[in-house]
Formats: sequence, C-alpha cells, structure tokens
Amino acid sequence: MAIRSKTFRESYYEDIKLFQTIWIRVWMVIFLVLLATLPLWGNPYLIYLINLSCITVVAAIGLNLLVGYTGQISLAHSAFIAIGAYTTAILSSKAGLPFWICLLASGGMSAAVGCALGIPCLRLKGLYLAMATMSFGVVVENVLITWDKLTGGVRGIHVAKISVLGFPLDSDNKLFYFLLIVTALVILGIKNLVRTRVGRAFIAIRDRDIAAEVMGVNITAYKVMAFTISSFVAGIAGGMYGYTMGYIHPEHFTVLLSIQYLAMIIVGGLGTVLGSIFGAVFIVLVPELIKAFSRFLAFLIPALKGQYNEEWNIAAFGLLIILFLIFEAEGLNGIWRRIKTSFKNWPYTY
Amino acid sequence: MEKGLSYFIQVFASGIAVGCLYALIALGFVLIIKATDILNFAHGEIIMISALLCYFLMAKFHFSFLTAALVTVMIAALLGVLTERFVLRPMLGEPVFAVVMITIGLSIFLRSMAGITFGHDNYVFPTPFPKEPVHVAGVTLSMTQIWVMICTAILVAIFFIFFKYSRMGLAMRGTANDQETALLMGISTKRIFAMVWGIAFVTAAVAGIFLANTMIVNIGLTFVAISAFPAIILGGLESVPGAIIGGLAIGVMENLVGGYLDPVIGGGVKDVTPFVILFLILMVKPYGLFGKKEIERV
Repeated sequence: MAIRSKTFRESYYEDIKLFQTIWIRVWMVIFLVLLATLPLWGNPYLIYLINLSCITVVAAIGLNLLVGYTGQISLAHSAFIAIGAYTTAILSSKAGLPFWICLLASGGMSAAVGCALGIPCLRLKGLYLAMATMSFGVVVENVLITWDKLTGGVRGIHVAKISVLGFPLDSDNKLFYFLLIVTALVILGIKNLVRTRVGRAFIAIRDRDIAAEVMGVNITAYKVMAFTISSFVAGIAGGMYGYTMGYIHPEHFTVLLSIQYLAMIIVGGLGTVLGSIFGAVFIVLVPELIKAFSRFLAFLIPALKGQYNEEWNIAAFGLLIILFLIFEAEGLNGIWRRIKTSFKNWPYTY
Repeated sequence: MEKGLSYFIQVFASGIAVGCLYALIALGFVLIIKATDILNFAHGEIIMISALLCYFLMAKFHFSFLTAALVTVMIAALLGVLTERFVLRPMLGEPVFAVVMITIGLSIFLRSMAGITFGHDNYVFPTPFPKEPVHVAGVTLSMTQIWVMICTAILVAIFFIFFKYSRMGLAMRGTANDQETALLMGISTKRIFAMVWGIAFVTAAVAGIFLANTMIVNIGLTFVAISAFPAIILGGLESVPGAIIGGLAIGVMENLVGGYLDPVIGGGVKDVTPFVILFLILMVKPYGLFGKKEIERV
C-alpha cells in the first residue's frame, strides 16, 4: 500500500475535486465562519471594502472566464457591467420589480448582448478582437449618454433600495450578506463549470484553437457560449453594483474600467478562479495601500503632504500590469501556489 | 435636405483636413505594427503628452512655436526609444495578449502621470497660425487645416523617400518582412526596433502638436487615437499607404455623416461613426484594404 503524501491521486475525479483534502475543507469552514460573523466584529469601513470586493470578484471571474480560460481578449467588460447595472436600475426604480427578477434580468440582458457581440467577433483574434470589443465599449458608453429618456443620460439614474422578502437591506451590514451569498453562488457555479466538458473546451480553444476543433470541440458554439456566460456574470455584477451604490452614471463604466478588470485578472492570475478572487481583492485594496504609503511618506518628508490624489491609484494599476507581465506572468495565484507547494513538500525541494 | 454641391464640397474638404490628422496618427500605429507586430495602445497618450508639453513650453517657458515643437518632437523620440528598451524588449517572444496588455498598462500609467504633472484643466493653445479663414475655390478652410494638410503631405513624402532609398529604411523594411533573415544579413534588429518606436512617437508628437492647434488641450486628447483605430483597420494593419488612405476616408466619412445625419437624428452620430465603420469593416473585410491576409483553414 502506498503512503499518501504530497500530490497523490488515483483517479481523474480526485484531480478535479473542488476540495482536495480534508484540510482545505476545514480552512474553508473557518474562513466562511469568519466572513459570516464579520459584521459582529469588523468596522464599517472594512465591511464596505468587502462589499466592494464581492462585486469586483464576480465581474473579474466573468472576465477571466472569457480572457483567461477561453483566450479571447475583451475590452468590452465595462459595457456588460453597465448594461446589467442600467437594467437593474430601470426595472427596480421604474417598474418596481423584486430584486431576484432584476438581477436575473440584468444577467439575461447582458448575456443577450454578449451573445450578439460574440457571433460577429468569432472571426477575430488578438489585436482585431481587442479593437472590436473596445469600440463596442465606446459605443455602449455613448448610447448610455445619448439615450437619456431611458438612462437619464449624464444626470445618471437612481436604483431603488433593495428588499428581500419585504425586509429592506438598507445598511452596508445587511447588504453584506446579500452580496456574499450571490458571490459565493457565482464562484461555485463558475468553479464547477470550468471542471466540466465546457471548461475543458474553453481551455482547449485558448491553447490551440485548430487542435481543439480537430479534437471535436465546436469552436463556434463554445466561443459564443464563453461570451454569453461571461457577460451574464458581468450583468449580475452590474446589478449588484447598482444596488450597492444606489446611483449610477455613464462615467462609472468607461473603457478604463475594462482595463482595470483586465489588470485584476493579470495581477491575480489568468485562467484561474482563485486568481480572479486574489486580483479583485488586491486591486480593491491597492488605493488603501497607496493612501497608507503616501501618509507614511508625508510623515517622513513633510513637503509631500497633500500630494496624494486618485490619479496615483490609476498610475499604480498601470504599473502593476507592466510589472506583473514582465516579472510574474502567473500572477498572485502563481506566488500563492509556489508558497503552498514549498510548505507542503518541506523539507524537500520537489 | 437639399443643400447643394457647395455644402458637400465644404464638408468634404474639412473631412480631408480631419482625415490628415487621422492619417498621421494611423501612420504611427502602422509603423510599429509593421516592424514589431505590436499594436501600441499607448499611442494616444504620447499624442496628448506632446500636445500638453508643447503648450507648457510655449506658455510657461516662453519658447517660440518652432522651438517648442522641435523640443517636443525630440523628447517624444527619446521616450519612444526608452519605451522600447524598458517595456517592450523584456516582452520579446511573449504571446500577443501579454504584449497588448503591457501597452494598455503603459497607456494608463502615462495618462495618470500626465494628469499628475500637467493637471486636468483645459488649455487654449496659443496658435501661431492666423485666425482668419481662407477661401479657396468657394471652400472655407482655416489656416491650421491648410497647414495640417501641407505638413502631412511633407511627412508622408519624407517617409516614402526614407523607406524607398535610405539604408536605414531598407533595413527597417527588411526587418518587417522577415526578422531572422534580416538578422542574418547583419541588420541589428534591436537598433531597428528602437528606431521604429522613436519614429512612431515622432509622428505622434507631430499629430499632437497639430491637434493642440485645432482642439482644446487637455487629458482627453488621448481619445483621438482610439478614433484612429478604424483608419488602420480600414487600411489594413500592416500597410503604410493603407493608413493614409484609411485615415482620409474615415475623416471624410465622419464629416459627411456628421454634416448630413446630425441635423436629422440630432447630435452624437458623428462620434460613433468611426466605430460603427470599424465594426462593419471587421465583419466584411477583416484584413482591410491593403492588409496582409492570414489564411487559416482546418
């Protein structure tokens, strides 16, 4: 009988199991209990940051499915988030529909548009795809501004307060549970999707599309499916964003937002769900880190006091993209995996 | 909607002037794509930075227009060489996606650095050209528009001669055609790449200086480069004549649509037109008018 140690798997099922070892389950339970009791001991700002992270995590996972798993560069992600957010805003404030219809409709609306964009984009690759999706993003932004009868144009639009079963979620603490549950559902859904035939087909298309087709993967169907699912998830993230912010404006959904999401999945790690979570949380925290750092610098050099502004965050996103691509192409997830392996294998190197 | 022939010619002529700017910007994109297969998303930032730099040199340091323009162009060339050395060279041999992303990262980095250095205010460029419009054969054009056309024509002619007859130009064309063969022929591709980035940034700087003359100078100028995407797609990504024809065509179409449809539908159509055109071209003829066709069959 072999002694089970390190990476020891006897079947494919063991290899793709969600929770590989008993320890991972234990840690997951501890993590979830900590998260669930957070409103009892965390301070409001932390809760607000986690709410924001939840929304970003959902959207980043959606983008990673398309870019990281299927290998289709998309600069239209902000457009899908915007479509979701505006659908929620219009349905909730003008038609007064309950939250679950709004969220599903946001996802559905985005998915329909995503499918419609995916079909003409089938023929395009690399640079061409980046430009086509980018111009789609610009067009959507212009439509949001120009079609002011429906979207409120540059005045923006209010989103009705969300209430679940007649119970209003009016504070960050109450929203926290709602966002956490939706995020958990999305993570579980996508995590399960990528370990099925569909997920493997996506990865095959990314690695070598011609080879994938030869192996019997229907490229047309799977590419359109990737676009549709990715934009569905983005639409849901848009709905969550609308409910959390209570007010949305075309300026929230510029091409810069798409780039920010690409930054997240690059920093986190392309083609992994865990990477998208790392990246999203990291990018949400970057402004805080920069603020803390600039306060520290101002403490050392008084002349720098008051030099901080939003601009530095965006500069940091750009710099992070460049540095991660040059020095750590696997992203935070790669670093995490290396640390994990070296602990697991200690004292041996391999 | 009967406005007659003179209105058409007027709209057409100002379309050509706008198209010249698009052509200049597209030229910068195409030079880099041709030699290195990289679409430089940071091109718009160079245009914006050059415009702001030229403005600040004139307004704050009281340079004359010509010296300011010359200094700007030189700084842009230096920036291009540095960009190639420190950002793009480590990425040699990486997948397209990574290279595209790194130029996007560079673009937002440069944009926010420009925001920090130059501020977000709107500036009015002290244009050196006379304000009175000129009437040529019934068409009214501003002096700036005429100078844009003249300068574009001169630059294009210089490029044509450079690529056709000079040693460096030949080396560049060779590298674009086949990197390994060029290396075997004793061409230093590293130096060629650095040169190409320098030259492309110079065209961006020239475009930026002219844009500063026609528009309000602020951080938003970067958007103009995105508007030039349709031009390079229409012309085909790797074709220099394609970039110029594409630029002119997009400029004219945009102005015609703006001139005839805007009063009917009401504002906003003009800004979206290039992108709708881009989308249509990608659907019908993805490799543009003069682009290299990559045939792929399974």
